[in-house]
Amino acid sequence: MTAALAIDGLGVVYDHYHVLKGVSLRIEPGESYGLVGESGSGKSTLLRAIAGLAPVSAGTITVDGETLGPRRDKAFHRKVQMVFQDPYGSLHPRQTVDRLLLEPLAIHGFANAEERIVRALDEVGLGSGFRFRYPHQLSGGQRQRVAIARALILEPSILLLDEPTSALDASVQAEVLNLLEEVRRTRSLTFLMVSHDLAIITHLCGRLMVMHNGAEVETLDAASLAAGHVTQDYSRRLLAASAGFVRTAEPAAGPTAGRFASAGQRSI
Amino acid sequence: MKPLLDVKRLGVRFPTRTGTIEAVRGISFTLGRERLGIVGESGSGKSQTGRAIMGLTPANAEVSADRLEFDGIDLMKAPPRLRRDLRGKRIAMILQDPKYSLNPVMTIGRQIVEALRAHEAVGKAQARERALAMLEAVQIRDVNRVYDLYPHEVSGGMGQRAMIAMMLIAGPQLLIADEPTSALDVTVQLDILRILDRLVGESGMGLIFISHDLRLVSSFCDRVIVMYAGKIVEELPAAELARARHPYTRGLLDCMPRIGEQRHPLPVLDRKPEWAL
Repeated sequence: MTAALAIDGLGVVYDHYHVLKGVSLRIEPGESYGLVGESGSGKSTLLRAIAGLAPVSAGTITVDGETLGPRRDKAFHRKVQMVFQDPYGSLHPRQTVDRLLLEPLAIHGFANAEERIVRALDEVGLGSGFRFRYPHQLSGGQRQRVAIARALILEPSILLLDEPTSALDASVQAEVLNLLEEVRRTRSLTFLMVSHDLAIITHLCGRLMVMHNGAEVETLDAASLAAGHVTQDYSRRLLAASAGFVRTAEPAAGPTAGRFASAGQRSI
Repeated sequence: MKPLLDVKRLGVRFPTRTGTIEAVRGISFTLGRERLGIVGESGSGKSQTGRAIMGLTPANAEVSADRLEFDGIDLMKAPPRLRRDLRGKRIAMILQDPKYSLNPVMTIGRQIVEALRAHEAVGKAQARERALAMLEAVQIRDVNRVYDLYPHEVSGGMGQRAMIAMMLIAGPQLLIADEPTSALDVTVQLDILRILDRLVGESGMGLIFISHDLRLVSSFCDRVIVMYAGKIVEELPAAELARARHPYTRGLLDCMPRIGEQRHPLPVLDRKPEWAL
């Protein structure tokens, strides 16, 4: 079976700085794949490289068995769409929701735009009442729904998600995660999702790759991560960090300034 | 013993052309030398509460309170001069993103020295020494190099450490931390919290920790206040968070995905209009 998305030895260089150092991965059709790591680990750059937004210096990207050239054509964008992190920055502030959703349809020459826009808004749970509003008249969660609607309106088969919920409140995040899961199920989409939050990745993805410094640390499935079966120290640290703050009885090692040095450590 | 901070029926209102927006609606709490968490979603009034205590409410807003006392000083009646003296010296505030809250055209060392000398008559050489010691206290290695760096030359975690150093150098008794770690990576987040925890514990200050992350707050603070629509809906010891009764608190706890749990779909908050009454 051909992979929905295969990346082999991908490298990205910005001004002699190697952001990605030969990353490879393979995503089967209908799979949901996660990328985790801290800022600067190259996880977002990997996504941007697939979308054609980062300068690829080495390696190949293959979508449905077709190796991509340096430029992305229309057919690629029909198949692959992206949802960005910041719903405040990714929607044009002077365009109504209707105009925002019309643009991809016009570019790709879709007929019955009207019907598609109404349907897309319904699908993301907004309803046509939101059609002629501007982004500033929407809340963060509603904006992200519009961004998802815009990505889905071309009926792609692969969705690239760059921290789609990190700018949202916890309760709104749950709604957007549920929405993403639902559209994936109904449209049998392939997801490639980036997040710094292990809990979100294990919730939404079956397999994931831990990244650090532009390279793969390890690849594992969500179940073994949840069971704590990680082999690398770095993944273990990420896992520990996501468990929350743990107060240690011993004072943390490290130099202390004079004025604080004498007072005792408080512990619970 | 008198509490460090005593707040009674604090309100913050923003008059606008289309009517008054009540950001904070009559909240009351006291703070001793402890760690108090204030949790809520965007727009719940948690940040405006912190700003009102600090005296940083925008000029067009109205602040009212039956009582707003810090260490016996009535902040509502205090002249601007006194509030300026308190601000930074005895009450300090750490903001969310060091990228925006540090002065971009001043080296980190100079900013810390400036903060110190604004409140204490210290000689230049001595101020530099204290700033370096403070940078060491927030676990910055190679303090002499960092002292001369500009904010854009350091990482987010390093910037936030510098921010904490600047806020703590005058030895405040009350520290208000408004989402101090939300802009940082999870691993860095814990480092910052550990530093804050140690410094707060050692110097015995009162801490108000404002955040949207209920679980993070409960693992860090002694007591948690949950705000919704400008009001306190629940107040409880952090250790008893699991026994929270208000449906909003429960909802906030439930709606976050957890590692090793299979809940599809996630429960979402069903907001009841009566919560906002």
